[in-house]
Amino acid sequence: MGEVLVITSGKGGVGKTTSTANIGTGLAMLGKQVVMVDTDIGLRNLDVVLGLENRIVYDIVDVVRGNCRLKQALIKDKRFENMFLLPAAQTKDKTSVTEEHMKALAEQLKAEFDYVIIDCPAGIEHGFKNAIAGADHAIVVTTPEVSAVRDADRIIGLLEASGLESPKLIINRIRTKMVQAGDMMAVDDMMEILAVDLLGIVPDDDTIVISTNRGEPAVTDEDSKAGQAYRNITRRIIGEEVPLMSLEEKQGFLDKLKTLFGSK
Amino acid sequence: MAFSDMINKFFGKDQVANSKDVAKERLRLVLVHDRANALPEDVLLALREEMIKVITKYMDIDEGALDVGLTKSDTEIALVANIPVVRIKRNVG
Ligand SMILES: Nc1ncnc2c1ncn2[C@@H]1O[C@H](COP(=O)(O)OP(=O)(O)O)[C@@H](O)[C@H]1O
Ligand SMILES: [Mg+2]
Repeated sequence: MGEVLVITSGKGGVGKTTSTANIGTGLAMLGKQVVMVDTDIGLRNLDVVLGLENRIVYDIVDVVRGNCRLKQALIKDKRFENMFLLPAAQTKDKTSVTEEHMKALAEQLKAEFDYVIIDCPAGIEHGFKNAIAGADHAIVVTTPEVSAVRDADRIIGLLEASGLESPKLIINRIRTKMVQAGDMMAVDDMMEILAVDLLGIVPDDDTIVISTNRGEPAVTDEDSKAGQAYRNITRRIIGEEVPLMSLEEKQGFLDKLKTLFGSK
Repeated sequence: MAFSDMINKFFGKDQVANSKDVAKERLRLVLVHDRANALPEDVLLALREEMIKVITKYMDIDEGALDVGLTKSDTEIALVANIPVVRIKRNVG
């Protein structure tokens, strides 16, 4: 019996879909049977991030309406044969999916897969409630900004109220130079305020943009720092202890001078 | 002025708070507000009951007129209790 993980955030654009694609692919790289489910109906984009957009025939709404069998809607990945995507519908009515449907779907999928990773839409309405309905555990993604952390706090409260205890946090898009200059909240600042477990930290990294352009998640790129961050996160998910990666960057001359004189 | 302060001045890092400290303080405050607003009714009721229990060990109060709640301003949020005292016990403890 597999595990259902929902990736959520409250605020849009903080990296839920990026995290879903990289965690799913990272787990597949570790040999796990993985399926990712895009529940962002109407704004489907996990297919594009994974480079599978041209292979879609059926989608999640077809499955719950019985237009096709579940197996027919699952798209096999190009590189990893143990990795699948259940795409969101792009144009169909999103109210046709209910929490009951999602619970049943989660049960069916976890009978077949080690990990079911659910990409959640932004917000706290219908789509959010559907996405978390069948989940066993939740991962909350935030960025180091007041608005994103605030929404993460709200989401954590809602998750706990619906029985998803102790969600884990990913802090995405950390810019080390700004943290060092005192212009971005550091990991400790956010952990102190949110008081949840940290699953991992991901740097703000051009390779995320490049890999998304190509439709090949950064986690497959040996040289990508963000990819390394997601490889660490997937190993933590399967229960390994992996220390937090250092996001230290080479310092420029001025930074060195400032550090030297203790003025930071 | 210490040398490091001079360096700070030189680099424009004077007494002005780092923007991350501003962010952190704003975040702390907004979460107090958010969590206070999301506080279920029964939490305040439970708090009220427990307060009554503790206070009545030391004095008699007018439980009906007791008023407990959160008040908010821009810079802080406070738990305010107005508890009319009827009689203070002699020889407590
Ligand atoms: N660590 C990162 N470094 C750089 N860009 C990122 C990073 N994480 C996400 N992005 C970019 O931010 C945008 C929003 O990410 P996405 O995963 O779609 O967010 P969400 O699903 O939460 O709306 C995308 O363009 C993505 O490429
Ligand atoms: Mg998304």
